[in-house]
Amino acid sequence: MENPKSIIKVEELQTSFYTHKGEIKAVDGVSFDVPSGKTLGIVGESGSGKSITSLSIMRLLEDPGKIKGGKITFNGEDLLAKSESNMRTIRGNRISMIFQEPMTSLNPVFTIGDQIAESYMIHEGLSKKQALRKALGMLELVGIPSPKDRLKAYPHELSGGMRQRAMIAIALACNPELLIADEPTTALDVTIQAQILRLINGLQEELGMSMMLITHDLGVVAETCDYVAVMYAGKIVEYADVDTLFKSPKHPYTVGLLQSLPRHDIDQDELNVIKGMVPRPDDLPEGCRFAPRCPFATRLCEEKLPSLDDIDDKNQVRCWIYNDQWDGPEVNVKDDYRTAQSD
Amino acid sequence: MPETTVNVSTQNTKRINPQLENFKTMWRKLKTNRVAMAGGILILFFILVSFIGPLLTSLDPNSPDVSSRLQSPSSEHWFGTDNHGRDIFTRIIHGMSITLYIGFSSVAIGMVVGVFIGIMAGYYGKRTDAILMRIMDVFLAFPGILLALGIVAVLGGSINNVIIAIAIFSIPVFARIVRGSTLSVKKLEYIDAVRALGASDARIIFRHILPNILSPIIVQATLRVATAVLTASGLSFLGLGAQPPTPEWGAMLAAGRNYMWEYPHIALFPGLAIVAVVLAFNLFGDGVRDALDPKIKS
Repeated sequence: MENPKSIIKVEELQTSFYTHKGEIKAVDGVSFDVPSGKTLGIVGESGSGKSITSLSIMRLLEDPGKIKGGKITFNGEDLLAKSESNMRTIRGNRISMIFQEPMTSLNPVFTIGDQIAESYMIHEGLSKKQALRKALGMLELVGIPSPKDRLKAYPHELSGGMRQRAMIAIALACNPELLIADEPTTALDVTIQAQILRLINGLQEELGMSMMLITHDLGVVAETCDYVAVMYAGKIVEYADVDTLFKSPKHPYTVGLLQSLPRHDIDQDELNVIKGMVPRPDDLPEGCRFAPRCPFATRLCEEKLPSLDDIDDKNQVRCWIYNDQWDGPEVNVKDDYRTAQSD
Repeated sequence: MPETTVNVSTQNTKRINPQLENFKTMWRKLKTNRVAMAGGILILFFILVSFIGPLLTSLDPNSPDVSSRLQSPSSEHWFGTDNHGRDIFTRIIHGMSITLYIGFSSVAIGMVVGVFIGIMAGYYGKRTDAILMRIMDVFLAFPGILLALGIVAVLGGSINNVIIAIAIFSIPVFARIVRGSTLSVKKLEYIDAVRALGASDARIIFRHILPNILSPIIVQATLRVATAVLTASGLSFLGLGAQPPTPEWGAMLAAGRNYMWEYPHIALFPGLAIVAVVLAFNLFGDGVRDALDPKIKS
């Protein structure tokens, strides 16, 4: 799959947590790139390693987490080779991050203005007065009403949606080249979600940034992303542009996810589910990690891990079904998934 | 671009600084606690006395007056005189500033060092934490007065050495409390958020963690002053602190010991003064602790 010039390229990233139970591979050989000015969605269940991937890029992993291997290239620079103080000049300046919980991601004892201004004071060395003036501009940009008043407001005085707007203002203050949004709308109710997503998308175009959107919500992906990587148990199982992924999903897990979305066009008594549980990261299956839950799984799937292969010029899939070595019957994953699962 | 969302609930509200608000709530609760308020008023009174008291007494606290030795309390000498004929009331008034000086400065030093060690241990964790806190544990293993005794014995007896000794044994108490609070604040998401903003460790520690862990530090500091005063008097009583003729209460108590049976007032009044100061700080400190405890609603 050929992409235009990419802003960030992650190759074979391996991030592990070293606990008393031994090594836990949270991210295990993940590769992707974010094309310049585009949005990559990273989708997966809790514990699939999507947040750890973003923290690895920011080099913000807490002990006992460690980046074990791989390469992260940001605009041609090797991020993993950078010193901590070099990283600090990148964080919040060239790569920014929005967190999931707007309620707790703001320091309760400082005003919104102070917290936006902090970015400018750290990265541009501005005085507090100058920084606050620029902060006011940011608040206007993210569409907070009466921004002059809000500048002096404390986080507890704002609603969740307003706080997330403030978080976005903080993240975008220094006009970053890449924005990593980690579940930016999960804690918000649906109408506010739509507003925030529209805001992020609008600002992305206006400022020309690239974005990595981490979410478990396929609806959000469909609305905002250009490319999608589906993660399962620390590995990418499918990578495609957003239209292809929704129209012709290839991996059984992707198909399962899409089919478990509630549909409004047909009468449903019961929602479809993917049976079983995500494997525990300290007890991963030997073969394909989805095999225990996959309705098509064969012996080959249980014994050997498939690789992420291009199956046409649009999709990359990690599944034996699309490989010459496939030992099961001929299947069309998308059409046969439901019948296979109910068997 | 998004349309403007109007959020009615947050409009035109008065700006409230949550930290200031915390202290206001604390003050409201504290006001209803009469015992604590009594302690607080006493503390203010003592501070006042230590500043203007010496100006109001005409007698010299240190020069002996053989003609008026060992007098019982009278209208002329309110608390009587000691074996050198010095007015005990005057000496206690003059001793007030010494007592408060020792109490406040030793706690201040102990607090600054202890908070620093505690934050470092809590924030950096791992080996830094292990090493710093094991050292603190060693200090904590000694009973406070014994440790202070040892330090003063090594450094030599003087008021400044007493301050150093008390400061040293206050350090681990602050370090422990601060480490615990730092650990809990460090895990909050907004700390991750400022780190993702590119903030340096120093900035995170002093700008984002410290303001959020002030309450336990304040409570501990208030209570520690009482301990410091008591220990300082104890050291002086044992002859290791203030040297005669300094009007230090512990030293006065020690001097009065020999006349205990015939002239109990010589030892009694310095003793009562110590009790009053310690009690005032303890009552006030307890009150502040209760007032800052969100679980206790008044």
